[in-house]
Amino acid sequence: MVNPASASSPSAREPLLQAIGLSKRYGTFLANDSIDLDLYTGEIHAFLGENGAGKSTLVKTMYGLIQPSAGELRFLGEKLELTGPSDARSRGIAMVFQHFSLFDNLTVAENVALGLDGVESFAAMSARLAQVSRDYGLPLDPNREVWRLSVGERQRIEIVRALMQNPKLLILDEPTAVLTPQEADQLFTVLFRLKSEGRALLYISHKLDEVKRLCDTATILRGGKKISTCDPRQETAASLARMMVGAEIGEVKATSARATTVPRLLINDLSLEPDDPHGVYLKGISVEVKGGEILGIAGVAGNGQDELFSALSGERQAPKDDNVIIDGHAAGHLSVTDRRKLGAAFVPEERLGHGTAPRMKLSENALLTGHAASDMVHHGFVDKPKTLETVDKTTKTFDVRKAKRDPEAASLSGGNLQKFIVGREILREPGVLIVSQPTWGVDAGAAAVIRQALLDLSGRGSAVLVISQDLDELAEIADRIAVMFHGHLSEPIAAADATREKLGLLMGGASPAQAEAGVSKEAVHAIGA
Amino acid sequence: MQLVLEKRAERSTKIAILSPLLAIALTLVTMSILFAILGKNPVAALIVYFVEPLTDSFTLMEIAVKATPLVMIAIGLSLCYLANVWNIGAEGQFIMGAVCGSWLAVVTNGTGAGPWVLPAMLVMGAAGGALWALIPALCKVKFGANEILTSLMLVYVADLIMDYLVRGPWRDPKGMNFPTTASFDPVATVPALFETGRIHWGALAALIVVALATVMLGRTIKGFEIRVVGAAPRAARFAGFSSSRLVLFTFAVSGALAGLAGIIEVAGPVGVLQPGISPGYGFTAIIVAFLGRLNPVGILIAGLFLALTFIGGEGAQISMKIPLDLTKVFQGILLFYVLACDSLILYRIRLIATQKKASHGTA
Repeated sequence: MVNPASASSPSAREPLLQAIGLSKRYGTFLANDSIDLDLYTGEIHAFLGENGAGKSTLVKTMYGLIQPSAGELRFLGEKLELTGPSDARSRGIAMVFQHFSLFDNLTVAENVALGLDGVESFAAMSARLAQVSRDYGLPLDPNREVWRLSVGERQRIEIVRALMQNPKLLILDEPTAVLTPQEADQLFTVLFRLKSEGRALLYISHKLDEVKRLCDTATILRGGKKISTCDPRQETAASLARMMVGAEIGEVKATSARATTVPRLLINDLSLEPDDPHGVYLKGISVEVKGGEILGIAGVAGNGQDELFSALSGERQAPKDDNVIIDGHAAGHLSVTDRRKLGAAFVPEERLGHGTAPRMKLSENALLTGHAASDMVHHGFVDKPKTLETVDKTTKTFDVRKAKRDPEAASLSGGNLQKFIVGREILREPGVLIVSQPTWGVDAGAAAVIRQALLDLSGRGSAVLVISQDLDELAEIADRIAVMFHGHLSEPIAAADATREKLGLLMGGASPAQAEAGVSKEAVHAIGA
Repeated sequence: MQLVLEKRAERSTKIAILSPLLAIALTLVTMSILFAILGKNPVAALIVYFVEPLTDSFTLMEIAVKATPLVMIAIGLSLCYLANVWNIGAEGQFIMGAVCGSWLAVVTNGTGAGPWVLPAMLVMGAAGGALWALIPALCKVKFGANEILTSLMLVYVADLIMDYLVRGPWRDPKGMNFPTTASFDPVATVPALFETGRIHWGALAALIVVALATVMLGRTIKGFEIRVVGAAPRAARFAGFSSSRLVLFTFAVSGALAGLAGIIEVAGPVGVLQPGISPGYGFTAIIVAFLGRLNPVGILIAGLFLALTFIGGEGAQISMKIPLDLTKVFQGILLFYVLACDSLILYRIRLIATQKKASHGTA
């Protein structure tokens, strides 16, 4: 174990890890621009910044995945030149990635064994795994296959794997992005414990309230540069956001006229077998979305949201034609194209490869969904000027920033591409819009634009269904919120009554009645474990 | 120092054009080494291979004759490959096209049938190739059978069917027991373009196919569908395009084009149905498709170039006693380099300095 931190103030201590003038250049693009920074033991240090601010590049440099172009890292005062992640691990630097690197068909112990560099026997390793997970209150069954585990449990594997290397510095990349509020609370307890053991923690996030609650120091990055290092507890969420974005973020507001009460999207008792063995069974989902309304669907990832989306979009057919009704037409057996012709539009979660063909131009990606229900195609021939017109209109209306008029989709930043994808659908004025994770991994500025566009669309009388893991987002735009858990969809509750705690309980599998009664935290933990 | 492949932000159009040229250059270097090993003067051999055929109007026309089936087949294959559908069996579809079309030529032989015979033969050739291609396509769609294996295996089936027919029921009774049909009647023959030389109307048909493919891929929703299904299958499904339908479509079209090339070949330059009507056109067309960047105009150029290697190879065999099989070696090496150079379109090579372990000290 690392020695506990001394009680003296950070500045008097030697930093554990130091970056001095650290730069990373890709061609003409500076991903990190001479960054100086000190990480101390016994401290949780936050990296705050929007997408593309340079957070990932910086931590990847610290983890040996990237070699810096200029400047250096110092570890306990000595120059550190990492040859790769295993080198970083052997020096006591561990990382928990946002996207887990786990094999679904292997057990917990097998996955951990694959990720460790040591030479101990499998039995000894399993025993140590059980020990570490017990010690830190991160319960895990070493013999369970990963595909049976919830996302929170999968994250535990990654954390335990990192802890088994007894790291001096633990880097966590957006660890709460996939957790329920209650699961996040559990994680924070573990992080505080690690801090008190005298480890240094580096916490990457863009959730400001979390950083304020958890972190001792925050370094704000913007456009590859360090903007400031501050004590987040002394800052307000607004001041932190200002430093991150470099400007005030406008608040979204609903337009007043949201009158219609006609249900435009009806889901009737939709049950659907998953098409792959690790998928989720949809069980009797019923809900309606009225014109002028935004219905939010919350839930931890992997509880059937993807399956629901493909059943609604028509990428998978429903068992019965009237399982899905779009504007009064039974659409359960219709193809994606026919559903679009009924005035429905869809925005999937995955931008590259699902919402767009990454290596195709934006005009071609406009055609991707536009061919169904617009005048882009005449007698089988594509009207190219029309597709370009759609690109230009979307660019103008949604402020899509790009290097040239018609670049490949993959060359756009996440936020700009998302604005394009959402914009492309909204410009068609769909009567029903189904959108999954509308602002996932999108910078705050773009997120505000997208949320406002969804509100405006519903204000014009469309029915909007938003599947999101971001409770703040749903609170901001949804009129009613339902929760998905294990393929079930709860009764929607009015957004005004949907407290974080209530939603968190539903996300953990409590019944609506239990959530109403505010079942004790212990019960949820028991379910989560 | 260390060589690293680094992903480019956008595909490089410059490299997309340069890559086949680079591949050809590397192939020529490799071939020179092979010539040297065989004890031949590499410079003289390359001249025989690649320059001499271009200096004579007869061989120039022969290049066009050889390029005709290559281009037609490769255009069809490029549609498959763009859609990530792997039709390797064009050789079999070529043969079945030739067989189906020839049936009409055989049964009308000497009956004085009218000029409808040739057009009907062309239709039957295309239909035969398409139906033969639909076998692996249906197996893939219905049972998930790997189309690479099934389409390839059907090549040998087609070859044996043809062999049986020309040695058995369709053998020319006056053919002195040679395995061949009777010579086709003039109404069953593709006319030559000029008085001399073997260049025929099929060459124009190939050009029309190139033009149609250019329009289809560039301007129509079907062409877009083909490209999206290949480039981003999930996005294609989201767009409402069915990949199984496209498997059937691309196999049928490429089979039809290969079958058409087959019947044009036997009804044109060859004039009879016999074993060995194809020196491996269906396989060489795979190289043509990739060397031509799966682009119709590129395929036209690549088809002419590969035709040159056939003619040059024959010349080299006659004048320098270089084995004809070396042409196949050449084509194989070329495909290898084309595919290797293609990675440069999406990646760039970078030299990266590696730190010496010693510089870490004892930390």
